[in-house]
Amino acid sequence: MNRKPEKLQRSLLLPVAARYLMPLLLIFSIFLLLRGHNEIGGGFIGGLVAASALMLYAIAVSPAALRSLLPFEPRSLVAVGLLTSLISGLIPLFAGRPFLTGLWLKTEIPVLGKIGTPLLFDLGVYLLVVGIVLWILLTLAED
Amino acid sequence: MIVLPILIPLAFGIFSLLAWKAPRLQRGLALAGTSLLTASAVAILLDVRRTGVSALQIGSWPAPYGITLAADGLSSLMLLTAAVIALAAALYGQAGIDPGRVRSGYYPLFHFLLMGVNGAFLTGDIFNLYVWFEVMLMSSFVLIALGGERRNIEGAVKYVILNLLASILFLSAIGLLYNLAGTLNMADLARQLPLLGAPNQITLVAVLFLAAFGIKSAAFPLFFWLPASYHTPPVTITALFSGLLTKVGVYALIRVFTLLFTQDTQYTRTVLLILAGFTMVTGVLGAAAQTDFRRLLSFHIISQIGYPLMGLALFSQSALAASIYFLVHVMLAKTALFLVAGLVESLQGSFDLKKLGGLYSARTGLALLFLLPALSLAGLPPLSGFFAKLALVRAGLEQGQGVIVAVSLAVSLMTLYSMTKVWNEAFWKPAAVPVPRRRLSAWLWAPTLGLVLVSLLIGIFPAPLLELSNQAAALLTNTQPYLEAVIGGMP
Amino acid sequence: MTFLLALAAGALFAAGIYMILRRSLVKILVGLLLLGYAVNLLLFNSAVLVPGRPPLIPAGQTVPPEISADPLAQALILTAIVISFGVTAFVVVLIRQAYQVVGTDDLNEMRCTDIPCEDSELKDGKEGGA
Repeated sequence: MNRKPEKLQRSLLLPVAARYLMPLLLIFSIFLLLRGHNEIGGGFIGGLVAASALMLYAIAVSPAALRSLLPFEPRSLVAVGLLTSLISGLIPLFAGRPFLTGLWLKTEIPVLGKIGTPLLFDLGVYLLVVGIVLWILLTLAED
Repeated sequence: MIVLPILIPLAFGIFSLLAWKAPRLQRGLALAGTSLLTASAVAILLDVRRTGVSALQIGSWPAPYGITLAADGLSSLMLLTAAVIALAAALYGQAGIDPGRVRSGYYPLFHFLLMGVNGAFLTGDIFNLYVWFEVMLMSSFVLIALGGERRNIEGAVKYVILNLLASILFLSAIGLLYNLAGTLNMADLARQLPLLGAPNQITLVAVLFLAAFGIKSAAFPLFFWLPASYHTPPVTITALFSGLLTKVGVYALIRVFTLLFTQDTQYTRTVLLILAGFTMVTGVLGAAAQTDFRRLLSFHIISQIGYPLMGLALFSQSALAASIYFLVHVMLAKTALFLVAGLVESLQGSFDLKKLGGLYSARTGLALLFLLPALSLAGLPPLSGFFAKLALVRAGLEQGQGVIVAVSLAVSLMTLYSMTKVWNEAFWKPAAVPVPRRRLSAWLWAPTLGLVLVSLLIGIFPAPLLELSNQAAALLTNTQPYLEAVIGGMP
Repeated sequence: MTFLLALAAGALFAAGIYMILRRSLVKILVGLLLLGYAVNLLLFNSAVLVPGRPPLIPAGQTVPPEISADPLAQALILTAIVISFGVTAFVVVLIRQAYQVVGTDDLNEMRCTDIPCEDSELKDGKEGGA
């Protein structure tokens, strides 16, 4: 206790663990995203996992470090996410079906499985959730 | 087609988010978005007029399982009025919203607010209505708190807490309703509720809904948040809120009490009638005590909410038609008055009536802009308020409800009194400080003039709007076409 | 099960109502959160509750088993949780800002919107042209 009291003590464990955990969690979040719709998972939960992975990094290292790690602003992520979901809803309109109708490609793609508008919608939700959570938490952390 | 009023604000909200660093582009986008919105609302109104109720099953999920959007006469009229107000607010905001607010995200929020409002008007699903309310409220929370001055923050605190409480009540009511009927689709609910044979429980749920929407529409015992918060943001935001938010609450009341709770009506309608009377009286008495232009108008919002509630409580086709006409009239007139208050403030630098004066001799045009909607609100012929109140009074007399008719007429007189006070203080009495001679920006006066003209137009030629509200009211009293459009040929 | 959940929801409602009657903004926020959870429990309880019967379709079949929990109520709760997450984040920021600007979180001190106080004459932003 003879060190300077105002200097915050950082554990070495958390930054090191965060370094290895973050990529793993991001991969896991994408797994959850792709698994969604018929199995347990989906864009929302995937986005939350991804956002918590990034926030873990911010807590372990610093919010500024996370900010410089991200190649974009959280709010553009929000916009892109909303746009993706909107487009996924608009696609069925061109096929003459009501807004947001789920449409799938006929052929299956290996690993991904059947691709359709619900996946696109989930991708939008994923981006939106990551963006919103980062936006809120970075604003709170930096201010 | 009828999903457009939701998609257009969403798309423009996204574009505004992408154009975060380009305020001028965002201002342009606001104009484009609201113009498109108005066009789509006109198209929907014409379509509904031609073909009756139109419904859309989102995602092709059949009616009681998926979410349904439905546009009937009431929704389409409300959509159009809201779009016109949004257009006026977007024009006024070009000069009335400071760059600081634009930098902190005014425009994306503006679009998301409109999306919430339109969604609430269109949805045919009670839980979806809750979601749209929340979209609308979240945007309005941030809009009212932008600015970060003491008044903004304090106003926002009161606004947020009471509206959150209303949301919680709303959600509990939905939970109880779902427990009773096992469905959330409003048309399906309308079919199921009479078959349940549980009138007491349904009345309980109805009263919960009444409390929740009563807070949101600022009806009598639940209005205190409104005069405490509406005068704190810039006048563009206040005008937008006064034109849209409380009216969505009234719309929800009308929708729920005409479609769902048509059983044990004796009780709920008596409660509504009493609330309507007290809302009118307390609002106008509160206004009489105010010396701040915007606070005075805020109390008038409350007072005016009483009239459509009165029509809803009387519940005949003519009364409902009068309510709808009144809603359109008051949305336009009230927004115009707030914009006039903003014009006065930008000339004389204050909302305090004691500090204003001399505007009649210096700015006759501005005085006229105030006078027309003010007299219309008080209900003088041949302005729109006169026909709205005349129709309501007639409907009241038809049903022998003399007391509420007397109250509504007395309140009109009081409204006239308090408008005269504003006139005397702000426009007639000699100016304390000379009125500056600088020109007002066209962005400010043009939308105000536009709204006043529209309001004048529906007063001088009331027939088309009366006919539209009559059609809308017919669909509210006879819900069969609505049910058929939403659920179709289901047993 | 239903009875226990109803009791829990009732207790949460009571605690929440007590908390929103306090003067401190933070306590009011806690109260609103408790009320939110109470409503979620209420929604949860309004669906058919059968332990150990998730509303999932077993592999190789096309319909869920005869008795299963109602998935809609859970979807409603999920939506409500997401909304309350957003609202809570906003209210936390608002309370923090209120504390910075007003210097207190006591609601009784926040009366500038009702009676004139020293800085209520300030205009917001550019509105007046300044």
